[in-house]
Amino acid sequence: MTTKNIMIVGVGGQGSVLASKLLGHLLTSQGYDVKVSEVHGMSQRGGSVVTYVRYGDKVYSPVIDKGQADFIVSFELLEAARWLEYLSPEGQIVTSTQQIDPMPVLTGAMNYPENLLDEIRKTGAKVDALDCLKLADMAGSSKAVNLVLLGRLSHYFTDISAESWQEAITECVPPKFLELNRKAFELGKNA
Amino acid sequence: MKRLMQGNAAAARGLYEAGCCFASSYPGTPSTEITEEAAKYDAIYSEWAPNEKVAMESAFGASLAGKRSFCGMKHVGLNVAADPLFTVSYTGINAGMVICVADDAGMHSSQNEQDSRHYARAAKLPMLEPSDSQEALEFFRLAYDISEEYDSPVIVKMCTRVAHSQSLVETGERREIPARPYEKNIAKYVMMPGNAIKRHPIVEERMKRLQSFAESSDINRIDSGNDSSLGIITSSTCYQYVKEALGDRYPVLKLGMIWPMPDKKLREFSGHVERVVIVEELDGFIEEHCESIGIKCEGKKLFGCLGELSQNIIAEKLGLPTHSGLKLPDSVKIPARPPMMCAGCPHRGLFFTLNQAKCTVLGDIGCYTLGAVAPLSAMEMTLCMGASVSALHGFSKAGEKNAVAVIGDSTFMHSGMTGLANIAYNQSKGVVIILDNSITGMTGHQQNPTTGLNIKGEPAGKIDLESLCRAMGFRRVRVVDPYNLKECAEALKEELAADESSVIISRRPCALLKNVKHKPPLRVEPSLCIGCKACMKIGCPALSIKEGKAHVDETLCVGCGVCKQRCRFGAFRGGE
Repeated sequence: MTTKNIMIVGVGGQGSVLASKLLGHLLTSQGYDVKVSEVHGMSQRGGSVVTYVRYGDKVYSPVIDKGQADFIVSFELLEAARWLEYLSPEGQIVTSTQQIDPMPVLTGAMNYPENLLDEIRKTGAKVDALDCLKLADMAGSSKAVNLVLLGRLSHYFTDISAESWQEAITECVPPKFLELNRKAFELGKNA
Repeated sequence: MKRLMQGNAAAARGLYEAGCCFASSYPGTPSTEITEEAAKYDAIYSEWAPNEKVAMESAFGASLAGKRSFCGMKHVGLNVAADPLFTVSYTGINAGMVICVADDAGMHSSQNEQDSRHYARAAKLPMLEPSDSQEALEFFRLAYDISEEYDSPVIVKMCTRVAHSQSLVETGERREIPARPYEKNIAKYVMMPGNAIKRHPIVEERMKRLQSFAESSDINRIDSGNDSSLGIITSSTCYQYVKEALGDRYPVLKLGMIWPMPDKKLREFSGHVERVVIVEELDGFIEEHCESIGIKCEGKKLFGCLGELSQNIIAEKLGLPTHSGLKLPDSVKIPARPPMMCAGCPHRGLFFTLNQAKCTVLGDIGCYTLGAVAPLSAMEMTLCMGASVSALHGFSKAGEKNAVAVIGDSTFMHSGMTGLANIAYNQSKGVVIILDNSITGMTGHQQNPTTGLNIKGEPAGKIDLESLCRAMGFRRVRVVDPYNLKECAEALKEELAADESSVIISRRPCALLKNVKHKPPLRVEPSLCIGCKACMKIGCPALSIKEGKAHVDETLCVGCGVCKQRCRFGAFRGGE
């Protein structure tokens, strides 16, 4: 099978590390060759962050290039837009509708683009957008947005069993937050 | 079973399996996790040293004493450790010694984009370059065998994409290596001219023997291809980009050992293909060497020497089809999202004070370098670790007034102290502000000599900054709380006006530390807010203007209260 590409994008501190860890674990358990690449350090301080997850029979490059992503999983709408160029024309966006103002917007130097979701859709991109923050709060913590997103993403992986997802969650989440995260996953999946 | 492992974790596993007993490093992105992961193995004594030079010299001492040792650092850290590096090449080692340097092409978290491969050639040391996690593990293991076989420290060069990418790794068992008893050998280990002059030819001879190793070892291997119209010579993560872009069509010479290079292998490979292309990030290190031995090749004229490469770039420059994605119309402007100080960051109050005081701020390396970003814009120079303090001395001596240096606690211990000694000794006038957030922040919370804890979080020695500064002769040493704007402003005004040098310690732990207790979030009373935006000048990510009024994002606010002190109308509530 040719290499598949998942990009996880968001704002530093939103929980993309756990999401990529979980996907890495899940895809490894399915017998794929897997590479996960992220960047640490300064960019994590509230900046735009991106993680690449690639899997297939044999994966070479650790990074995803423009036009290659089969999925963009986005924690924030502006970030989905920022990385849109990386989406393959047949690719799918799974995004939270949450909006976090970056500094140029906070200081009034720029505006948060209006009707951004529509603008993204107008490019022809397939977009699955949901209010992940609300669902995470329903599950018990605003920090569980990552599991809501993964729950939603699991829809598109018909060849991976529910048990495999559950096993990956159990493996990657601290035991005391397991129930909360399972609930967040289900809420995302069934939204 | 194969496990998904980060390159740095695999490198640490390699240290463990090779029987490494001693690791001393200074944190630096993207190298930090090697030593953090090494510390999880009880068999490896691991520590954070105050800087890279100390780390390398400590690792040398451990090697001398007969234990396999390690030190790791980022590219600019190797500049700090360059002094011991060039001479440990002459002394050689006792037990195996491995040095890791991690480059940061693309400058994800660095102040420059230097290519550390030049150090291997300049210091006459072997350098290995893994291209994924499995190789990281294997190359670290191999490095110790080479080190002991050739009586030389071995450098393993990582890069951001190898260090911070996870790929599948097959781990092995630890090999316990018997300690090699220390033996007094003045001619080998005392590098004064009479001895060093005899060591230099040994170094040259060693490099020749290492070149023979490079010729015969399968660490430099050829992936065959059917189409000999093109042959690629590459190494590190670029190998992965090449294979991704070109598949198995063209032959590829993959160099696992980047110095010394296997001249015969390079010539033979080049002789069998019509066109030789060198794919490497940053400088044309392989390319220049190939040219120097008469190989006609192309490299930098295609790819340039800036930033990271990728599969698309390689395909494009070789005239192959590339991928392209979807595009938003130009009318949709996407605001940048630069990194910024976190909500509740103790640096914010201090930098706001500096912004208001209109003094010249000479800065340093750490999270607080973000003090240069709007709206605080309160930093005018950042060069390297410790430069704020030393540059302040020169700046003042050259006649500039009203200037301060700002430096973090860890950076101060790294190389700020020596600059401070210069101020004390040569008597310049300036204010040095130590931003003591009780941790090494930017690299992800490592302990340092001022925190009282070691790499494992256990109690350790604790250097008292106030006593240290006083011992150097500073009479004016004071501590302020950066959450208190009035206190900061008064202290700064008084110290700038004083007729002798002084040290202000701005002390408040990093807001992201787990043991830091936060106050409840603030909120804005809309009827009292007139929308003057005075609070927005502090550049807090938790603050925004919604419908003309200040608004606090409760999920981000930690109740530090700095914004509240900016409001003349008492519109901020809570945080008590």
